[in-house]
Parts: sequence; structure tokens; C-alpha cells
Amino acid sequence: MTNSTPAAVDVRCRVNGVDTTLSVEPRTLLSDALRHDLGLTGTHVGCEHGVCGACTVLLDGKSVRSCLMFAVEAQGAEISTVESLAPEGQPLSPLQKAFHEQHGLQCGFCTPGILMSLTALIREHPDAPDDEIALTLDGHLCRCTGYKNIVKAARAAMRA
Amino acid sequence: MSPHPNPPPQAGEGEPSRGRHVGHSIGRVEDERLLRGNGRYVDDIDLPRQLHAAFVRSQQANARIKAINIERARSAPGVALVLTGHDLGHLNKPLPLLGPNPALTHPKTQRPLATERVHYVGQTIACVVAETRYLAEDAASLVEVEYETLPAVVDLGTAGQVSQRVHDDVPGNVAGAIHDAIGDVDAAFKEAAYTEKLRLSIERSTASPIEPRGVLADWDRKLRRLQVWDSTQAPVAIKHGLAKMLALSQEQVDVTAPDVGGGFGTKIMLFYPEELVIPFAAKQLGRPVKWSEDRWEHFVSANQERGQIHDAEVAFDREGRILGVRTSFLHDTGAFIPYGIAVPANTSTHVIGQYRIKNYDVRATILYTNKPPVSPYRGAGRPHAVFVMERLICAVARRLGMEPHEVRRRNLIPTNEFPYDTGLHIDAPVRYDSGDYVKGFELALKHLDPAGFRKQQEKARKEGRYLGMGMGTYVEATGPAPYESCRAKVEESGRVIFDVAVASQGQGHQTTLAQIAADALGVEFDHVVVREGDASRVEDGIGTFGSRSLLLAGNAVAAAAGELKTQIAAYAAELFECAPGDIVIQRGRVHVAGNPARDVSLRDLAMMANPIGYPGERDGMVVGPAYGDALKRAKERPAAAPMFEARGYFGAGQQLYGSGVHAATVEVDPETGRVRMLKYIVVHDCGVIINPAIVEGQILGGVAQGIGGALLERLTWDESGQPQTTSFMDFRLPTVDDIPEVVLDHVETPSPLNPLGVKGTGEAGIIPASAVVAEAVEDALSPFGVHVSAMPLFPSDVKRLIREAG
Repeated sequence: MTNSTPAAVDVRCRVNGVDTTLSVEPRTLLSDALRHDLGLTGTHVGCEHGVCGACTVLLDGKSVRSCLMFAVEAQGAEISTVESLAPEGQPLSPLQKAFHEQHGLQCGFCTPGILMSLTALIREHPDAPDDEIALTLDGHLCRCTGYKNIVKAARAAMRA
Repeated sequence: MSPHPNPPPQAGEGEPSRGRHVGHSIGRVEDERLLRGNGRYVDDIDLPRQLHAAFVRSQQANARIKAINIERARSAPGVALVLTGHDLGHLNKPLPLLGPNPALTHPKTQRPLATERVHYVGQTIACVVAETRYLAEDAASLVEVEYETLPAVVDLGTAGQVSQRVHDDVPGNVAGAIHDAIGDVDAAFKEAAYTEKLRLSIERSTASPIEPRGVLADWDRKLRRLQVWDSTQAPVAIKHGLAKMLALSQEQVDVTAPDVGGGFGTKIMLFYPEELVIPFAAKQLGRPVKWSEDRWEHFVSANQERGQIHDAEVAFDREGRILGVRTSFLHDTGAFIPYGIAVPANTSTHVIGQYRIKNYDVRATILYTNKPPVSPYRGAGRPHAVFVMERLICAVARRLGMEPHEVRRRNLIPTNEFPYDTGLHIDAPVRYDSGDYVKGFELALKHLDPAGFRKQQEKARKEGRYLGMGMGTYVEATGPAPYESCRAKVEESGRVIFDVAVASQGQGHQTTLAQIAADALGVEFDHVVVREGDASRVEDGIGTFGSRSLLLAGNAVAAAAGELKTQIAAYAAELFECAPGDIVIQRGRVHVAGNPARDVSLRDLAMMANPIGYPGERDGMVVGPAYGDALKRAKERPAAAPMFEARGYFGAGQQLYGSGVHAATVEVDPETGRVRMLKYIVVHDCGVIINPAIVEGQILGGVAQGIGGALLERLTWDESGQPQTTSFMDFRLPTVDDIPEVVLDHVETPSPLNPLGVKGTGEAGIIPASAVVAEAVEDALSPFGVHVSAMPLFPSDVKRLIREAG
């Protein structure tokens, strides 16, 4: 078997507060690097064309679609994934608790992406009005919940 | 987790049935793990030495394969294996047919990998297995397929008349036909004062769970065992099927449905080609092989549904009483019919719904087209039936100058006629076990306030705005046969484990079944563990579909709990020296009725019953097995089983009928054709409610899918059968802005056909949605003389309707 795979590139970044070096082909998607190279499988892949939002992570504080980025683009970046919201042994964050209390998730596949988008919103604009919450959620597809309880959870977390 | 404060939906008259846990919106046990990002979906699982598969799929809708050239793929970097149909040995034959039925005159299922003919764009032709998914996809693009193109059959309306054939040996593209009738419909139409006729159609849509499909298979060469993780709704069925197809014994095959990111019917098949090819590849290679579907693949090869065209007629009198209904319809089954006649059969039996119609005739012609196969998508043929009936109701109303809700009211089955036998029969009698359609209808009207709305509507019209209202009633057959089972045991920790064969894709069975178990046994919710999705634990059962899991598995859980209770009572009776009937189990403690102070925990009882259990404690020390006690007990009760372990089964013998009424108000902009949902009302009856929040969640999800299906979602193909909607950019799922205020209310008529009194409810949210939206839009645009007979309604469709009516 010939092996003409392009040489791996070292990507130095900080993932969930930990300095990390990824060794990836240039074409490796950030979503795949996070999920399979780092084992952070909380970030999910629903479409690979940037519409469903399930792959949303925070990059330098901003929500991004990790399926639309190459891992090499994360050189020097600070990345947060859903696993950072309630590290092992820590209780759920107020946002996560609100999702539980409002029955804001069913299959859980779209949930991590939504949690990250809302985390960014809460940090940037904790007093965001309803239409800004809706704008944030508009970039996420959920097929299970019909969104009502997700909105309730977001409001509960932000208005508490 | 203690019950959290979500109030249940506002109850109708009378209190809903409650236990300590049943009837309460207890927070889900599934949530913590999923919220932390610790869900484990198929693609999340990476095994050592794992390989990845990519499929080569047909680029043509109807063609002969002249050649498949895999040489370049085979020698591409990182490639371990390239499979075509010729490499599959005895598996190179049509996949199983679920639900064979005499109505299916020309059944066709696809081969796992096509070698001679392809019948839809997306059909599997070859499988490439390589070191990474990226390399597998690179290599897959190097496979060259030479086709001899044949004309494609795309349009359902003409599929039965065109000369081109989807299958060379199926004339007229007819897969089968259904006919059922009650009463004398010809006489009814002859004698009726009025008749109306409509041609109605619904176009294809697809469930689109956010997690696409996926299969990971691992063949252990040393142990000669196959382990499969499959994003499926029916792991037990897949296990049995794989064992048979791969000539393995059942105990050599383990199938797990891990966390599954939505199913809605799409993920229940026996099999998708990929579900067989991947385990086959793993067996060839002796290494794990994983296939993770991407979204484009899902759009071209995961099963779809909803395509039907009806010629429907209604006969009625001047009071609006319906004397007879006839419908003759075409059902698009796609290129193959692996799931049998389930969908059109459901349509056939659900048309008359809540109405007291004694003369009814339904004929269905099931047609092949060069499109992906059709199998149930939430609703599974019932939405079409409701659309037909409710459009006919509106035609009656229009003809007589009555409000549609008046016509409905006059035809509802009265409350004192339950159980109501419709006289219909497809595989099983269609008998409504319980219901109060009049009460549900009145509740819906209360929320809708038609008189108030008419005033609002008139005022808005004067301002040049077009508001409309619509309603739809439905029944929902739930709990398809035959049964589900449960295996339960008390651990020495005092926890009670319940294993079931169904699986969740978001329905929260681990929570709702635990609520049932906790109440049935008398233990704390936190001490119950429900396990599902693993076919090695319970093999008696099928899986999750047809709104059956809570109903069938829930009653099986209750039965197993009852059996455990009997065993516990028998043992405790010896301990307390009383009759077993005097034993009470409450909050996990066991005592004699009337003497709660002298009690023993279930945990201690389990320890005592099985002294071999360890580690135990004596005088503050951890001790090993108490052989002395065990020997003593063995002498006293030589044949007694030491552990509390039981099985439960439940089958209802027929489907159980949930029901409901939906209503909605909309505003339509005639300039843009855009329909804005204003309010959506759901009144539903699923019998006894186990967890109100979870039921609400199911309904809200269904409503959203229903609105999507009515206004946003349409799959299209060009005349050569090339799919045009293959991404979320082309196929628009509803987002948060598309869902209006939803008002939920319920009626509870327990089912007499199961001890829990429950009925299924998974599909309730979606069933009447298209009918409701169609009427609301028609009502809004009545000044323009618009009649709605086809769904979905894109803005362009609305504008066209206005133009054509003008």
C-alpha cells in the first residue's frame, strides 16, 4: 500500500483550559480533531455543511461551526467544548441545570452545540432580550423538542 | 432526582391517574450524562485498529450497471478492502422483507450492493474500507461505475401509466394493492343528497434526525463473536437478523443501540444495506469497521415517506351528516418495499378517524418509483388519512354554508359508543378501545374560540390582513404487536434492575419505565435502573416504533415488578412469619401490614435471601460469603431460588387508540405567499400519562415536525430522478422562529386493554398538522376563493393558488 498522505501539521492550541498539541493532516476538520484525536466526543456532527449547529464550539470566546473549520486554523486558539461546562466531579452549570429542569433535551444530539452558543451569549450579553435569544437559537436545528423548552431553559438560566 | 416543579398540562375534568411517581414530571435520568457531553453515539466509539467505510452510491436513478471498476480504489492509500456485490457470497441476494402480506403482489427489496441494476440515486454499489474516513472517501471517488441509463419513473401521478419500469419484471410499477370496505358505500353515494369530490396530494418528506445513521462492527476472530453498535431503533431485531444472515448463532452476536440522536422511524429497518455490509466487512477483516453516514448520504439513501395522491369523495345530507366516504389512492413506495404495506395500510384504516362513518371504501395502489425506499416516518400514513378526511369535511362545510367545526361536531362518535368497532380490518380489527372525542373537541373549541376569531378575522380583513383558522381531529393506532418483555432483578445493593428490549432515541424510557417500576414495586425512583438498547440482555421483543414502547414495555415492566413483588412477599412472609398477602413494600422497605415499625430494607432482604452475596458486613467489618447461613437455608428450603429475579411480558392483542384534536391560527401574506403560524392548539388523549413533561415534549416535537411538513419541507427530483434536495440548505427544517405559541391540553380516557391504562403518544403531535394548516390557509385566503388540496404550501404555492383562483 502506498502512502502519500500529506505530512501532519502540529497545531498548538488550548482546549478546555489544557495546552494541547494536535498532530493532524491539513484537511482534518476541527470537529474530527476534537472528537477523535482528543476524544472530546461531546461535540457532535449532524450535517458537515454548517447548518445544523450541532458542532458548535467556542473559539477565542466566539461560537464557531467546528465542521466548517480545519483543525490547522485553530493554531494558537483557545477552544471550549461542552465538556468544559461541568468538568468531571463538578455539578452541572446553571445553564445545564435549566435544560434539565425545563426538559430542554430529548435525544441530546443537538444539545451540546446549543449549550455552547448560549454560553457565549450569556457571557457577552447576560441581559439579552428574547429576540436575541431567538437569534442565537436560530442557528441550531433540533428535531426532537420543537424548541419551546429550549427557549424556556435559556430564559430560566438568563433571568435567574 | 426528586420530582421537579414542572406542572403537568392543565387537566380536563377529573384528576389524571397518579402514583408516587407515575403521573409526575420527574426529571430525566438521561439528562446529566447528555448535558455533560458524555453521550455515546455510534460515531463517538473508537475501537483499537478500527477501519472506516465509505459507500459508492448510484449516480443514476434507473440504470443497468455495465461495469464496476474498483482497481484504482483498491490500490489507493490506506485501503484495506473494496467490496462489491460479487464479494458477498450468499448475501448477494435481496434483503429481508418485513411484513410480507398477500396484498403485496410484487415485493422487491434491494441487494446489499447492486451489481446489475440500480433503482435510485443513492443506492449502494460498493463499499470501501480504509484506515481513515477521509482515505475511504478518497478511494470511493476512484471507483468507476459504467451505467446504461434507463428512463426514470419519478412522478407518482403517472408512475402507473408510463411504459418505463422501475423493476423490469413488475408491470405498471405496481407493488401491490389494498382494499378494505365497510357498509355499502355505493348505496350511500346513490342515495345521498350531496356528494363532493377532491383530488388531494402530499409530497415526500423525510424525518431527518440530527444524528445521521451509523454502524460500527467488530468481529473477534479469537472468540468468534460479532459486536455491533448500530444507530437503530430495534437492536434486538438487528441481532436476530444478523445472526441469521451471517450464519452465526444468536449468542455469537451482540447488538447495541447506544445513544441514538433521533429516529422518528427512519432508523428502523431490517436491514439497511449498510447494516449488513459493515458487519460483513468486519468479519472479513477481523478488525472493527465503522460507517458514519453524512448528511448528503442521508438525503439520498435513508428511507423517506409521505408521497400519496388521493381521489376522495364524500356523501352527505343537508344536515352535514356524513353518509359515506370513498378514497382511491396512489402510494409512492420508492424503488423498494422493505417495510411491506404498513404505511398505506395505516392510511387506509385511519381515514374515518373520530367520525361515525358506517359506509367507507378505500383502495390503494402501491407504486414503485425511482426514488429512495419508503418506510414509516412519524405518523406513518396516518397524516395522509387525516388530511383526506379533514379536507372532505371542509368541502362538506363549504357546500352547506356551515362552519367546518359544526360538521365535525355532528359526526363525532358519541362518548357512549366506546369501545367502538369500526368494522375495518387490516391484519387486525380496528377497534377503538376508549375515547371521549366530544370532550376533546369541546376543549379544542374552547381554546380556539372560533366566534371570537371570526371577529378578529373580519377586523383584520378590513386592514388588508388575512388571518385564518383550521382544525383537525385524529385517532392514533398505537402499540403494534406482538409484545415486549422485561427482565428484572434485585441487586444486593437494593437497587432493582429492569432490562427491556426497546430502545430510546430521545423518548426518555429510562425515566418513564423507572417511574412505572418504582410504583409497581414500591421502591424509590432512585433505586430503579432501567437498561435498554442492548440486545444481549433481553432478546424477547422487537424495538421502538409505532408508539409502542411505553405501552408494551411499560406493561412488561409492571408485570415483572409484580412478579418480583410476589417473590419478595413470599420470602418476607417466612421471615416475618405471616401470610404473603400481609406483606407491604413501601419506599424500598418491607414490613407486615399494620406494623411498619418492624421492617427490613429491600437491600437487607436481598442479602438475606442470597447469603452468598458479598461483600457483606458484620460488626463493622466487611466479610465474605456466609456459607454457614447459606447451607442452613439450603437445608430448610432446598429448591428456593436465592435471588429475586423475574420476567414480565405484555401484548395487547390489538392496537390501542389514542386521539386528539389540533387547531391553529395563521396569517397569510398574499404578496409574498408567506404563512405565519400564530397559535397552535393541541388537545390529546393518550390514556394515563406517566410523565407529563415527557409527553408534552413528544407532542411539541411532533408539532414542530408537522409545521415543517406543512410549510417548509419538500423533497424534489428532476425528471431523470436526480435528487435536488440533498442538504439542509435545500431541505428546510423548522427553526425556533417557525414554531408559534403552543397551547397544550389533554383528556384522559384510560385504555381498558392494559393494566396501566396507557396508550402510545409518540406520533400524536404530527398527525393532523398538515390538515390543520391547510384549512387555516384556505380559511385565511377565502376572500380569494383559494382551495388547498396539496401539501406542502411553500410561499410560491400560496401565490400560485391565489393566482389560479383569480
